[in-house]
Amino acid sequence: MTENKKQEFWRWEESSWKNPDIKWQDSGYITVGIDVGSVSSQAVIMTDGEIFAYGNVRTGSDSPYSASNALNFALKDVDMPEERINYCVGTGYGRVNVPMADRSITEIACHARGANFIYGPEVRTVLDVGGQDIKAIQCDEKGKVTNFLMNDKCAAGTGRGMEVFADLLGVSIGEVGDRSFQFEGEDNVAVSNVCVVYAKSEATGLLRKGHTTEQVLAAYCEAMAERIYSLVERLGINPEFCITGGMAKNRGVSERLMARIGLKAMKTRWDTQIAGAVGAALFGYSLCLKGKGRITQEV
Amino acid sequence: MLANYGYIDGSGSYFISIDTDKCDGCGNCVTVCPSGIFEVLDEDPNDPLRDGPVAAVVGDKKKKLKYECGPCKPVNGTPKLACIEACKAGAISHSW
Amino acid sequence: MITAGIDCGAKNTKTVIIKEGHIVGKGKVLTGFDQTEAVLKSFEEALKNAGIRKEDIQKINGTGSGKSSIRIASDIVNEIKAIAKGGCYFFPGARTVADVGAEEGRAVKISESGNVEDFAINEKCAAGAGAFIEAMGRALETPLEDMGPLSLKSDKEIPMNAQCAIFAESEVVGLIHSKTPLPDIIRAIHDAMASRIVSLIRRVGVNNDVIMVGGVGYNPGFIRSMERQLNTKIHVPDHPEFAAAAGAAIVAVEEA
Repeated sequence: MTENKKQEFWRWEESSWKNPDIKWQDSGYITVGIDVGSVSSQAVIMTDGEIFAYGNVRTGSDSPYSASNALNFALKDVDMPEERINYCVGTGYGRVNVPMADRSITEIACHARGANFIYGPEVRTVLDVGGQDIKAIQCDEKGKVTNFLMNDKCAAGTGRGMEVFADLLGVSIGEVGDRSFQFEGEDNVAVSNVCVVYAKSEATGLLRKGHTTEQVLAAYCEAMAERIYSLVERLGINPEFCITGGMAKNRGVSERLMARIGLKAMKTRWDTQIAGAVGAALFGYSLCLKGKGRITQEV
Repeated sequence: MLANYGYIDGSGSYFISIDTDKCDGCGNCVTVCPSGIFEVLDEDPNDPLRDGPVAAVVGDKKKKLKYECGPCKPVNGTPKLACIEACKAGAISHSW
Repeated sequence: MITAGIDCGAKNTKTVIIKEGHIVGKGKVLTGFDQTEAVLKSFEEALKNAGIRKEDIQKINGTGSGKSSIRIASDIVNEIKAIAKGGCYFFPGARTVADVGAEEGRAVKISESGNVEDFAINEKCAAGAGAFIEAMGRALETPLEDMGPLSLKSDKEIPMNAQCAIFAESEVVGLIHSKTPLPDIIRAIHDAMASRIVSLIRRVGVNNDVIMVGGVGYNPGFIRSMERQLNTKIHVPDHPEFAAAAGAAIVAVEEA
């Protein structure tokens, strides 16, 4: 089997960030949340429940490696020894394979808790569209889950479906959102909103009939929005509403989805992809406060 | 918490919902289900601060509910479902 | 009486011409992106094959997912009814007909006279249709017609976790990387797909003879996987793909 070496349009940039105002030496509990997703992995380092630093990397074929890669990315500019960490929680699709984790917690619980932090306690509905699943979660003012559903059986509506389209159309994943609005003429072309395989063959047909790449992108973004909407609607839509995960960065889907829902999505200054890892680190902090942290010399 | 296990695909929507506020983890559903869909977990993976056992749908069965539950749902009229009958707390429901 | 049935499917468009209760002509073309053209081509091919003039056809019935494009048809027959009649024509003893086409799978329980008693269907999802095997074939760079025979070479059962064709593709790539022999991977694909169709069959009940029609009927590996899971022999007609078209032509006779 030969590896396909053509340009990979679905790729995106890895990143890291740190808060220059926090001195880890002065803090009490340092907790880490590592979210190993199917496509990306994030490590968030928190000092007493505040975000200190994070790294966002692509998930490789090996979960343990991806987890430590994310953590190293977060640690690379902060000059803090790994031994200083009081508690580490793994979450996400690869959560049972995070070697440095003290325990694992599901992404459902972590996303609700993380969204509560990065969007504020008024959040009631959290939609997370990940690379391989869609999670719709309702939570209370403490970020505790009250109702959830997760669809990881079918690729329709997930980031994976979008990757298939980015590749098919030769559009890089970061440009999908903008380009899906850049077309002239009719916007009445449509593709299946329930099956990526069928949508793909319909798209090929549309291109052959002379529709532009932008029109087909618009059709697929709309199909994704419809599909995601059907899941959210099942759970019931409670304002305030927020979108986490990579899809929040794709305005082609998120704006079409919010137009359907008829609400404005909450905004945050934080990277939406880190919500799960933030929640995991916060659970770590709660557990430390309960006296379950690792014993370190300073604390 | 209402935990909805299952999926939506092109052919329909297939969810088994477990109300974890009602579920006491008795395990009757595990015993009666002919397809082994349920399990009882010592702690709720979606609610790390909850105490006590809780029923959940087994990991790899979540994606096959339409097929796993098929034997209990013949097309010519669905009889009462064993899992729902067995749950005295009334915590289980099906979406289809 | 001479009638024609045209089945405009997701992948192929088939025409069957029936004269006095016997199939006398068949035509099959790729549906492609122009259904109307495919319908006419397959019809002409069947006429030529039968050596019959267009004017001699007393009634044309249409069926299949693209049935609305069959403008030359005087009546439209739904697919369930068409395969029930077609299945009964090929195997009069059949009481359960499974039909697996490119984009849909269904199981139909039929009466002695070929009337529909119950049915279960899988649509709008590639996981339960021929498209699943085709997508996996592409990931494996194996031609579709080789999939069945290769699958028969395996005696190993490997469970597949992914249900969705898109996710299953990555699972298959993972199996390739872990050096799993090709026949074993292909059998795993057929087993996974067969389990979905078997579940549909179980829902309508396994009664008497089970027959399999639709394009996937040409795939001996898939039939073998179904037989293992159902623990019964599955009868496949020589031209399984023409069952719905034949059924539509038979309905034209019955309702004439």
